[in-house]
Order: sequence, then structure tokens, then C-alpha cells
Amino acid sequence: MLNKNQKLNPEIFNKDVKQVAIRVGFGEGLLEAGEKDENIVGLCADLTGSTKMNLFADKFPNRFIQIGVAEQNLASVASGMAAMGKVPFISSYAMFSPGRNWEQIRTTICYNDVPVKIAGSHAGISVGPDGGTHQAIEDIAITRVIPNMVVISPCDSIEAKKATLACAQTKEPTYLRLARENTPVITTSESPFEIGKAQELFSTEKKADVGIIATGALVYRALKVAERLSKSGVGVKVLNLATIKPVDKEAIIDLAKESRAIVTVEEHQIAGGMGSAVSECLSKHFPVPQEFIGVKDLFGQSGTPEELLEHYEMGESHIIGAVERVISRK
Amino acid sequence: MLNLTDDKICILERKANIIRQSIIKMLVEAGSGHTAGPLGMTDIFTYLYFHALKHDPENPSWIDRDRLVLSNGHICPVLYASMAHSGYFPVEDLKTLRKFGSKLQGHPHREFLPSLENSSGPLGSGLSQAVGMALAMRINEGKAVNKVVYCLTGDGELNEGQNWEAIMLGGKEKLHNIVTIVDRNNIQIDGNTEDIMPLNDLINKWKSFNWHVQDIDGHNFEMIDDAIGKAKAVFDMPSVIIANTIPGKGVDFMERRHEWHGNPPGKGPEDKYKKDEQEKEALKRLHTLDGKIKCEHE
Repeated sequence: MLNKNQKLNPEIFNKDVKQVAIRVGFGEGLLEAGEKDENIVGLCADLTGSTKMNLFADKFPNRFIQIGVAEQNLASVASGMAAMGKVPFISSYAMFSPGRNWEQIRTTICYNDVPVKIAGSHAGISVGPDGGTHQAIEDIAITRVIPNMVVISPCDSIEAKKATLACAQTKEPTYLRLARENTPVITTSESPFEIGKAQELFSTEKKADVGIIATGALVYRALKVAERLSKSGVGVKVLNLATIKPVDKEAIIDLAKESRAIVTVEEHQIAGGMGSAVSECLSKHFPVPQEFIGVKDLFGQSGTPEELLEHYEMGESHIIGAVERVISRK
Repeated sequence: MLNLTDDKICILERKANIIRQSIIKMLVEAGSGHTAGPLGMTDIFTYLYFHALKHDPENPSWIDRDRLVLSNGHICPVLYASMAHSGYFPVEDLKTLRKFGSKLQGHPHREFLPSLENSSGPLGSGLSQAVGMALAMRINEGKAVNKVVYCLTGDGELNEGQNWEAIMLGGKEKLHNIVTIVDRNNIQIDGNTEDIMPLNDLINKWKSFNWHVQDIDGHNFEMIDDAIGKAKAVFDMPSVIIANTIPGKGVDFMERRHEWHGNPPGKGPEDKYKKDEQEKEALKRLHTLDGKIKCEHE
């Protein structure tokens, strides 16, 4: 059942659950952060509306810089502004930032160690009809590998807003992974959020037979699977791993100790993603069987989000299959 | 003109000579690194650090200082030598260049030397950072901002597309407090710039992006001073000074040769001098009393 302490949306399993795009939470969070702190500036590479930075840009035109379609410049201009004491948020599609401008992020932001916040919208395969060129499914891997970087992948718009507000106050370069599509609202304004802290959203009274660790928009599917499994008598816990770096080792190890079987769920390449981060932690501290839900070394293509998640084996049936496999490996 | 008297020119010429000697010595000690670029840009760096730059080596984080952003990080020996002789750190530390644990990393890293404005090495990112600094200054202080962001770039470096993104933005935003100085030495690692990737009409390229452009002799302190003065006087437009320099300047057997771009004395081409004679011969030419560089204003 849903963890009461998490104060989650009680209508989460209803068919008409409220849906809001995760990027909307970023836009609202940036506006609020900008009202609180005049050092916050926004920079965008010609995608102000799509990334929802328009809310900030309209309110604070003097603190907004339109960079044009130039993501490499976007990253390094932000670095220069941060060196002068600003807290720059930069936004584009994740495929272009941190995709195209990876080296600029590495050298001018992370190596310089300045507090630039990189909002990568339209991450994941659910971008859909735009096709494979626009589906960022490598972004977690390329950001979490850079020293000094913090990587956050919120599960819904409310958590995205909290993550935006939280990282506006930290000194670390931070990657915020955002999605385009409407996503069921899981959390509420009262749900706890802390950078670096995983949240246990679901647990059965019965000791967990399996631990599901999910991130981003697929947390919702993980919860639906957990609900189904619990009804058929399987003990299950679901961890929302919103911060992928630094990873919450304690929560992951505790879950592995109880369940002895882990399934990770993410809309990202299996190689180098959140599941890899979990595996790196468990291999060292408490090795248990693990199954990975994610993209299997393939590019995406056009389709509806639902079609693509099914085709690339990230649907609910695939998560259930992974649970069965991992339990059988114990 | 920024009060550059003949006496001051004389002092700058002597200082530049000392910095060139330090560059040779530190490169020999390191056993690797770049020679031609640092020697070619020594006069510009000397002018900036010992005349134009508003800075305080005793208080490197002074908030109202000018900012100096080195984009082509590989010419850092001239940056480090200029900083050491200005008093940022002891001149003896120059011998630690490129050594383990040194504050003088092979390419500048601000974590090791916090008085740097930026880390650099991968080419083409410095101008973007300088534009960002100038934008932040304008947000803070409006158009009356009187701090200058100096950005030093190479000419080969202008092959990088990111520069042109930054040049577009600088022109669009009319950032009058940026002064970019392009080291137009016509060489890059693989050969001459116009063979590797022609820059062609650099002056009109910058002009067409709405920059104020000046083209000068990068070894003439009067011309450098005049150009910086004019650049500071321009309003509503960023400035670029294309400084025509001689790579390897001051050491005749290194001058204008791309083979000296990435080699230290002791590892350069041997057509004139054997490797073990290169340091001695270079220093001989730089020693003021040896007559190679005279103070013309004495």
C-alpha cells in the first residue's frame, strides 16, 4: 500500500488521475525561485515555451537571456554568469543540453565547479512522435559520470517544482531531468523531498519479496505494478530514486537486505543509467540479483509514448516479468 | 591612451623580457608544454598585467577587478609568468609547471589556482564565459558598468564554432565592456592557419557580427595602448583587437615556426640548435644585455 508518511495523491490509482507534464513543475519552481532570489537568472536556447522557462522570462525579462539555437554557448555563458555570483538555470531539450554541449558542461561548469542548473526537458522515449533524434535516453549516463555534478530525475510535476526550488539554493552544478508528456501526479505539496534522499512510496505489510527502484515518469508504472503484485500476495516495496547522484546508498542497501531482489525501472538506456548506479552501489555493499527495465542499447523511433514503452519493453507487463525473473534468481 | 609614457614603455619592455625568460625556464623544467604562443603573447600580457588591468594581486577576489579570461589555455605559461611577476604567487613556483600537485596545471584549473577567473584548455569556450561575465555585470550595474572583461583567444581557436555563437550573442547584447584580443599569429598545431582552415577576412567577419574591430601590431606597446583605450571608449558595441603577433617572438630560431607551437625548448626542431642547446640559446637571445631586445625608448 501507499506509504502514509509520503502524503501521496490519494487518487493515484484512479483512472482519471490528474496528469501534468513534469516540465511544468520546473517552470513554476523557477518562477518561485526567481522571486525569492534575485541572483537567479534564466538562459534558454530558443525553447522558452517548450521548457516552460517562459514563466520566468515574462516575469523577469532583465534576468533572462535568449541565447538562440546555440547550446554550447548556452552552457558556457551560464558558467561566466555563475563566476560572477549568479545562479543560472539553462534550459533546452535534454538531447541538446546536456547532449550536444557535454564538453562545455564538463569543462566550463563542472571543472570550474560553478552552480549552473541544467534543465533538460523532453527526456526519455516518451517524447514520442518527434522520433529517435529527439529522445534523450543517454542523458543520465553522461551527466552522472562528471565529477561535482548532481543528477535529479523527478517523478512528477510537483516533485520537479520542489527539486527546482531545492537546487536553486545549492552550490553544485545540477542536472534536472524533465519530461514533456503529461504524467500522473503522484506526490502532493506535502510529500517529503530532499536532494540525495530516496523515498519509499509503497510497501506491503508482508516483508518485501522484491524491491522496485524507479525514477522519473516510470515511477507511476512501478507503483501500479506494486499494487497489482500486492493483491496477488507478493511482498513489494517501491523506492522513488529522484536523486540519481549522489545516490542514497543507505536506502538502496536497506531495500536489498530486506528483499534480496531488485528491479530498476527507468526511461533511459540500461547502460550507464539509474539501474547502473544502483548496481554499482549493491555490487560493492550488498550484492543481490537485479533486473533492469530500460532501453536495451537501441535508438528510439516515432510513435505514441504507450506504443514506444511497450515496444522497448518498459511497460507494466515487462516490469512484472522482471519481478518474476529476479525472484526466481534468488 | 592610458597614460603610457616613454618611461613606462621602457619598464614594460624590460618586464616582457623577464617574463619571456621565465617562460623558457619553466617550459624546460616541465619538459613539455607550448612555447610559440606564450612568447608571442608576452607583450600583450605584460601590458595588461602591468598597465591596463584593474586588479590587486594581494586581494585576487576584489569584487571590482577587471576579469581576464584566457580561452586558449595552452598558452598558460605566459599567464602564469605574468601572474607570478605581478605578485600572485612566488616566481619560484613557476618551476612546478605541469608537475604533480602543482597549482600550475598543464592547462589552467581554477581549483588548483583560485585566482584564475576560469579553467580552460578545450578550445572555443572562453569567449562564451566572458560574455556571461559581461552580462552578469550589466544585470548588476546597468550600462554604466566600468569593469572590463578581457578575453584572450588564439586564431586557430576560431575554427571552433562555439566562438561564433558567442560572437553573435556579444553583438546582439551590445556588450561594450568586453575586449577580446585575438592572437593572430597565423599558426596552429598542424601548420599555418590559412592552410589548415582559412580564417580569410577576419576583420570583416567580426564586423559583420556587430563588433568594433581594430587590427594592430601585438608587439607595439603604443599601439596596444591606443587600441585598448579606443575599445574602452566604444559604447553599445563589444570590441575585438586582432593582435598580429610573431609566434616565438624574441627567440629568432623559434619565430614564425609552427613546429614550436607545442614543443618546449629542449624538444624542438634541431635544424638550428641541438636539443640540449635550445634553452641556453633561447635565454641568450632574451637577455637584454645580449642586445636581441633593446629598449628603444632609452
